[in-house]
Amino acid sequence: MDAMSQARFAAALLDPDMGVPEEVATPENGRFAVYRNNVVAGLATALATRFPAVETIVGSEFFAAMAGVFVRRHPPRSPVMHEYGDAFPGFIETFPPAAGLTFLPDVARLEWARGVAYHAADTAPIDPGVLTRLAPDALPGLRIALHPSLAAIASDHPIRTIWAMNSGDGEATPIERWEPEEVLVVRPHEDVLVRLLPPGGAAFVAMLATDRPLGEAAAGAARPGFDLAGALALLIGTGSIVAVRTDPSSEERS
Amino acid sequence: MVICGLPAAAGVGFRPEHFADIVAAPRPIPLVEIHAENYMGAGGTPHRMLRTLRERHALSIHGVGLSLGSAGTLDDTHLGRLAALCDRYQPAVVSEHLAWCRDGGTFLADLLPLPYDEATLHRVGDHVDRMQTVLRRMVLIENPSTYVGLRDSAIPEPEFLAALAARTGCGLLLDVNNLHVSAVNHGFDAAARLSAFPLERVGEIHLAGHARVADPAGGTVLVDDHGSAVDEAVWALFRDVVARTGPVPTVVEWDNEVPSWAVLEAEATAAQAILDRVARRRAA
Repeated sequence: MDAMSQARFAAALLDPDMGVPEEVATPENGRFAVYRNNVVAGLATALATRFPAVETIVGSEFFAAMAGVFVRRHPPRSPVMHEYGDAFPGFIETFPPAAGLTFLPDVARLEWARGVAYHAADTAPIDPGVLTRLAPDALPGLRIALHPSLAAIASDHPIRTIWAMNSGDGEATPIERWEPEEVLVVRPHEDVLVRLLPPGGAAFVAMLATDRPLGEAAAGAARPGFDLAGALALLIGTGSIVAVRTDPSSEERS
Repeated sequence: MVICGLPAAAGVGFRPEHFADIVAAPRPIPLVEIHAENYMGAGGTPHRMLRTLRERHALSIHGVGLSLGSAGTLDDTHLGRLAALCDRYQPAVVSEHLAWCRDGGTFLADLLPLPYDEATLHRVGDHVDRMQTVLRRMVLIENPSTYVGLRDSAIPEPEFLAALAARTGCGLLLDVNNLHVSAVNHGFDAAARLSAFPLERVGEIHLAGHARVADPAGGTVLVDDHGSAVDEAVWALFRDVVARTGPVPTVVEWDNEVPSWAVLEAEATAAQAILDRVARRRAA
């Protein structure tokens, strides 16, 4: 079975309209379908494990159909299954049957971030005392190294509320105030945390992540409702900070 | 029999949902096997669990994604990640499959069949050589479950595996369920297949459940889904094997519809009882 035969075999696995590959000795018994099902249903199940709230929201039948289309169009590039599905939120955005669920792609982004955090490198958060000991005039120039597991997502929809209602023991109830939510995802120790950020918080975190000093990040994030002290307290309290430095030449760790 | 560093006892394929029960079990399960690809993240709970397992149990690392049967060169990036995992945890044994699962840059997440001919023997032989060189150890290669016959297959599977072992010095992982599934699906006599199997190269045995599924032609196909208890026919073959080899490190796999720890542990206990009987008979 040379490269061309394997390519044909692989294409036929993902395309139900292609016939059984000519390499198969007994095409008439229909058993090539076992491989087709193993591949597509197996990968759809892997996605359901990765995006459980999305599956709860749309139902398992809809999810399997949507995942099946995704799998055929974007098969994995790596044998490491927890790396599969980064394109799924963007795919949902363009999947016409899900168009009415405008919040769904961002819920999927939240779940993807949770999975990434779950497998991210282990790093100890900084001792919060390091920050309280800093001179106030050092704060605007402070550069903050964030935890490698951290992600921040800004949505036009109440995605943390929706995600929580559709996860674990959550219960779905009508959402009275449909407001944008910004979410922090981080795993400082064993458990993945999902916390609400103040408005502008995701932009604030994004600027810190690109090594912009605290003062500049705060100015960039400023908008009605942005609360710098609250955002900083949240980062410290969740163990999202692993190092700080007051000028480019020195780095202070716990 | 190939000595691979695992105890000749019965263990389980590890499922994270069983971690607390495994750690708390009054009689520690003697060996656990993990799927390599599930531990290729940088950190977090998977590695915390694996560190604990490695301290308390003999560890087997079982790869499912290297695609030893792919045309072209082996995926060195993936082999490098496997090598790093093995360096980090120093397992007693490392195994992979006689199958392919990658076409170019696309990973197909299933163990796909290979025609057993000279070209495949050369290619898989080269890839096993490379794997053993990079990992600096002998590896075990597992016989697959297959659902279709391939036009170019000319060599019976047991003979093919014997030739692969002779060529590369690798050991074999005899999956008794796969042997049964393939024998039924292709109309071979499983006992005869077993008699032809190069048992002297076997370093580990797998047991698992399979499903019976109707095929479109009105027949029944057995699917290796690791989703139920070990079938009686597979237990019978297992007793046959170990009567010939003596006790062999044995892993019960149950990866779908995962049962409670008590149910899986009972399967391992049943396998252990068979190994114990063989050991007593040999000692007598």
